[in-house]
Amino acid sequence: MNQSIGYLLCVLALGGMVSGCDKPPPPAATVAAPAATAPAPVAVAPARFAPPAESDIPENEFGEAVLLGKNIFVNTQQYAKDFVGNGMNCANCHLDNGRKADSAPLWAAYVLYPAYRQKTGQIDTIQSRIQGCFLYSMNGKPPALDSKEMTALVTYHYWLAKGAPTGVKMPGQGYLKVAKPAQKPDVARGRAVYENNCAICHGANGEGIQARGEYAFPPLWGNDSFNWGAGMHRVDTAAGFIQANMPYGLGGTLSDQEAWDVALFMNSHERPQDPRFSGSLAQTRDQHHEENCLYGRTPEELAAALEKQAKTATAAEKTKPAAEQLEGISPAISH
Amino acid sequence: MRSTTRLIFMGTMVMAASIAAAAPPAIVTQGKGAAIACASCHGVDGAGNAQAGFPVLAQLPPAHFAKQIADFKAGTRANPVMSPIAMAMSAEDIEASARHYAGQARPKAAAAPADPAVIARGKQLAINGAWDRDVPPCFKCHAVDGLGVAPAFPPIAGQHAAYTVSQLQAWKTGARTNDPQTLMKTVAEKLTDDEIRAVADYLATIGTPGEGK
Ligand code: HEC
Ligand code: HEC
Ligand code: HEC
Ligand code: HEC
Repeated sequence: MNQSIGYLLCVLALGGMVSGCDKPPPPAATVAAPAATAPAPVAVAPARFAPPAESDIPENEFGEAVLLGKNIFVNTQQYAKDFVGNGMNCANCHLDNGRKADSAPLWAAYVLYPAYRQKTGQIDTIQSRIQGCFLYSMNGKPPALDSKEMTALVTYHYWLAKGAPTGVKMPGQGYLKVAKPAQKPDVARGRAVYENNCAICHGANGEGIQARGEYAFPPLWGNDSFNWGAGMHRVDTAAGFIQANMPYGLGGTLSDQEAWDVALFMNSHERPQDPRFSGSLAQTRDQHHEENCLYGRTPEELAAALEKQAKTATAAEKTKPAAEQLEGISPAISH
Repeated sequence: MRSTTRLIFMGTMVMAASIAAAAPPAIVTQGKGAAIACASCHGVDGAGNAQAGFPVLAQLPPAHFAKQIADFKAGTRANPVMSPIAMAMSAEDIEASARHYAGQARPKAAAAPADPAVIARGKQLAINGAWDRDVPPCFKCHAVDGLGVAPAFPPIAGQHAAYTVSQLQAWKTGARTNDPQTLMKTVAEKLTDDEIRAVADYLATIGTPGEGK
């Protein structure tokens, strides 16, 4: 499926619409064939969608909205400060200003909404999705659907997705799914990974580092970080982000085991409360945290819960298509 | 009393001003044996020398400064001029010179007579990097203004271009190996010679806003 999209993009690239193709396309007949019968390509890296260059932002009213959206995304602290309750910027978790593959890039996200999301139990539009980002990842309050900030952000998402196929999950969408490690993830091993690979930028206590009054390196836990409702608090999601993108500039260098261990360590610390907190930790956990996370659980309890989940999943359930293969279901599990 | 009031008004420059007011340490102005007076190459004010390739030392975080001297001693950084000087420095010399230079205002960058297209290319690399080749932006690690993130990330804005080029080349060729976690080598080895030149030229044209001389 993904490979046939890669081919399609290659063909488009020849037409001058999309660049960044390093493999010649297969004969046209292969492309026309239904995906299911297309011959399996051997070791062809799927071509990556290339969003338009920043220098191509048009100089008109539309371009102004794109630019404002970009500024909000990159410097949320300044351009949307009324809606932010921590020290984060959107781009801290969506690298290269929301362009980088395997960093939940905006060009791949835009074309997947509206979609049903388990987390909200409703059809989310790109706007309501972005509202969720403010509530959880930014620990703030969502801008109104018709606000200047929301309009600018959606315009930026839309512009980055120029030429992308609507309703198609593209290679590079979301974060990596890191294979379950050989050993059970471990906080103590994770601490060692953290000290050797992360502390130089994120600080000895995950507090980030400021320069001249603003965060140069964002906090990983504590009051100024994302809250307990954000997708990054899930250990599997964090492991995927970290493996592909951290240490900054050295993405892809940690082993699967190291990524899981350090994600568990990071997410074993305190952070702002889940805004859905009902007054009871256990109740909030049971209602909203049936997932790979340490909300209201010790690492041992998490391991036991995951083991139980795996056992109860019947063979039939295992052969069911994953949610991300169903049309109209967001592959992004959480935020 | 009068000078105290003035210092308070100087706000963020209090540290710099009070240290600058004190006499510079002897190691800086006179040197000690093989440790030739730092000022003879780097200036008392740490402005360095663009033509000779003597770097700006003003406002280097003391921890980074001391680490560089230790790295010259250990050989993970080598230079025929600076290495023997570092070898001859005592712990006190390092502490005194690091403290002195950390307190100097960073000199205003010279307007380099460079090609505007080259400067634009360099600026693009510094701010956005080139992620299609996994090159992260300089300013994500050296701060949005290029003035560094203490203690481990030194200022690079306002540095002499020839020096910046020589350091990026040293990482690229493997001559300088003192960067933690190979963070700089990983960046430098992906840059072409033209890109190194462009980013160095750009960095030389920006400095501390409104500060220095
Ligand atoms: C060289 C500096 C550097 C190192 C080392 C580094 N990071 Fe980061 N990290 C960053 C920067 C910069 C960002 C924000 C990226 C942006 O804004 O474009 C970031 C963002 C993050 C984020 C998302 C934002 C947040 O605050 O939650 C996480 C999670 C993270 N890093 C985890 C790690 C982990 C775990 C390690 C070690 C394996 C690590 N980082 C090592 C610089 C670094
Ligand atoms: C703390 C890290 C973090 C911050 C800050 C953050 N996000 Fe996200 N974002 C995530 C995670 C995690 C996901 C879910 C990915 C998944 O589950 O596959 C996500 C998903 C998204 C998606 C959907 C992606 C998709 O492919 O479906 C969009 C759109 C998005 N974020 C926009 C934003 C905006 C806009 C902001 C700022 C207001 C923001 N994010 C801030 C971590 C973050
Ligand atoms: C004869 C000229 C000369 C003298 C005298 C000199 N230096 Fe240097 N210094 C250099 C050169 C050249 C370099 C660049 C070395 C390289 O390319 O790696 C340098 C580099 C440095 C650096 C590294 C700067 C950075 O940003 O990484 C420090 C720190 C330093 N010198 C401190 C001193 C101190 C302290 C003294 C006095 C004890 C001193 N220097 C005396 C020529 C000199
Ligand atoms: C992933 C983080 C990271 C990125 C990105 C990065 N640097 Fe660095 N840089 C460092 C670290 C860490 C050091 C300090 C090395 C040491 O301890 O000697 C450094 C040091 C330097 C120095 C030496 C300064 C001196 O005073 O000797 C120069 C010059 C430099 N960087 C230029 C650049 C340029 C130009 C770019 C962009 C093309 C860049 N850096 C991108 C982490 C980074």
